[in-house]
Amino acid sequence: MALFWASTVGKKLVMAVTGLLMAGFLVTHMTANLLAYLGPDEINAYSRFLHTTPEVLWPARLVLLASVVLHAVSAYQLSRTSARARSEDYAVHRLQVATIASRTIRWFSVLLALFIVIHLLHFTSGTLLPGFLEGNPYANIVTGFQTQRGMAVFYLAMMVVVGLHVYHGAWSSIRTLGLSRPKAHPLVRPIATIVAIALWLGFSAVPVGVLTGAIRPAGDTTYTAHAR
Amino acid sequence: MRLTLRVWRQPAPNAEGRLVTYTADDVTPDMSFLEMLDVVNEGLTEKGESPIAFDHDCREGICGSCGMMINGVAHGPMKATTTCQLHMRSFKDGDTLTIEPWRAAAFPVIRDLCVDRSAFDRIIQAGGYVSVATGNAPDGNTLPVAKGDAEAAMDAAACIGCGACVAACPNGSASLFTAAKLSHLSHLPQGQPERYRRALMMVAQMDEESFGNCTWFGECQEACPKDVSIDEIARMNRDFWMASLFERDEKVSTGTG
Ligand code: HEM
Ligand code: FES
Repeated sequence: MALFWASTVGKKLVMAVTGLLMAGFLVTHMTANLLAYLGPDEINAYSRFLHTTPEVLWPARLVLLASVVLHAVSAYQLSRTSARARSEDYAVHRLQVATIASRTIRWFSVLLALFIVIHLLHFTSGTLLPGFLEGNPYANIVTGFQTQRGMAVFYLAMMVVVGLHVYHGAWSSIRTLGLSRPKAHPLVRPIATIVAIALWLGFSAVPVGVLTGAIRPAGDTTYTAHAR
Repeated sequence: MRLTLRVWRQPAPNAEGRLVTYTADDVTPDMSFLEMLDVVNEGLTEKGESPIAFDHDCREGICGSCGMMINGVAHGPMKATTTCQLHMRSFKDGDTLTIEPWRAAAFPVIRDLCVDRSAFDRIIQAGGYVSVATGNAPDGNTLPVAKGDAEAAMDAAACIGCGACVAACPNGSASLFTAAKLSHLSHLPQGQPERYRRALMMVAQMDEESFGNCTWFGECQEACPKDVSIDEIARMNRDFWMASLFERDEKVSTGTG
C-alpha cells in the first residue's frame, strides 16, 4: 500500500476512485434536490430520513470526508511533481487539444473547496443563513435563494465549475482506471458529458426555480393547490 | 521563401541560453525542415559562427533522434510527422518560426536544440524487455498470435522514443512513452510472464526520472509522430493497479521505490 501511494500512478488511481465516489454523491444530491419541485414534504422527508438514520448518514459522511481529503492531497502532491517536471517554460507553447475543463481544473478545484465550506455553513449548519430552520431544508433553500440573491448567483456560477470539473474528472477517472473502451479522440466522452451536463442543469434548476417562483414558500396557497 | 527564425542557442548544459534571430533565405517548399536548418548552418559556418546543434540521424522518421518545438508545437504543424519528415511547404514566405528544444526537467539541454533523453533509456532498462532463453529462432507460427493482438502490439511498438509526448505535455509527463513500451509487450504472449512486474518497475523508474503526472490533457497523443494513443496510458494504469493489488510477491521481488 505504501508503494502504491508513493507512485504517481498509484496516487492518480486514488484520485480516480475518490473522484468517482464524490461524483456518485453529487448525482444523488442533485436528484434529491430536485424533490424541491414536488413541494416541501418530499424533500423534508428525505432530509428527515437521513438525519434520523445515522447508520446511513455517518458512514456516507465519513466516506465523503475521506474522499475529499485523499483527492485533494493527491491532487496537490501530483501537481507539485508536474510543476517541477516542467519548471522551465517555452517561449511559445501552443496547446492543441487540451479542453478548457482540463486546463482550469487545478485552480477551479480550489474554488470548489471554498464552495463546499461555504455551502456547509449555509445549508447544513445554517451559520450563513439568517432564519435557518433545523430539519426544514425546503424552507432554507427558499429563504436562502430568495433573500440572498448574491448567494444564488454564487451557487449558479459554482455549478458551472462543478460541471467543468466533472466533465474532465469523470472522463479522466475512467481512463485512469483503465476501464474505458478505446476511443479515437479525447473529446469523445459520452458518459462524462452526460453526467456533467446533468449535474450542472440539475443543480442549477433549484436556485433557478426559487428565483423564478416555481419553487415557492411552503405556506403559499397557489403553490399548495398546485402540489396536491 | 524567406523566413525569420528565432532559435534557442545555449552553448553548454548549464550555460545561459537565449533565442537568437536568423534569416533563412532561399528556402524552397520541398526542403525538409532539417535541410532548411542545414542551409542556415552552412551560412553560419561561413561567417565563422557556431552552427545550430540539433539531433538527427535517419531523416526518414524512424529513429526518433530529431525533434524540436516549432512555434510551440512538438515536431511542428504537421500531424503524425517527425521534424525530419516535415517539409517547408507547411510554412509561408515571410513566416517567423520560434524553434526551441524539448523542455522538461528530465530532459536537460546539452546544447542548442539537443537534449539528453537518456531518462527514456533508463525506463526501458527497468523492464522494457522479455526474458527468454536464446538459441535458434523458433519455427514460424509455433507461438500463434491473434491478428488483433499483433496489430495492437504494433501500434504501440510504433513509438520511436523521440520525446515529443513529454515535450508537448504541460505536466512534462512520460506516461505515453512508458505506456507504449509496456503495451507493445503486454499485447503479446511473450510479454505475459513479466507483464505486471514490468509495469511496476517501469512506472517506478518513470517517477524516479522526475517526469510529471498525467492529467489527460491529450497533448501527447496529438504531438506523437507515430499516432500512439492515450489508450495505452489507460492500459498501463490498469496493469499497474492489477499488479499492486494482485501480484504482491512479484512486487516485493522488484524492490522498486
Ligand atoms: C444549487 C446547488 C445545491 C443546492 C441547492 C444544495 C442544497 C443543499 C442542502 C439544502 C443541503 C442540506 C441538506 C440537509 O441538511 O438535509 C446540502 C448539503 C450538502 N451539500 Fe449541497 N447543494 C447544492 C450543490 C452542492 C454541490 C455542488 C456540492 C459538492 C461539491 C454539495 C455538497 C453538499 C454536502 C457535502 C452537503 C452535506 C451533507 C451532509 O449533511 O453530510 N452541494 N446541500
Ligand atoms: S531523424 Fe530519425 S526520426 Fe527524424
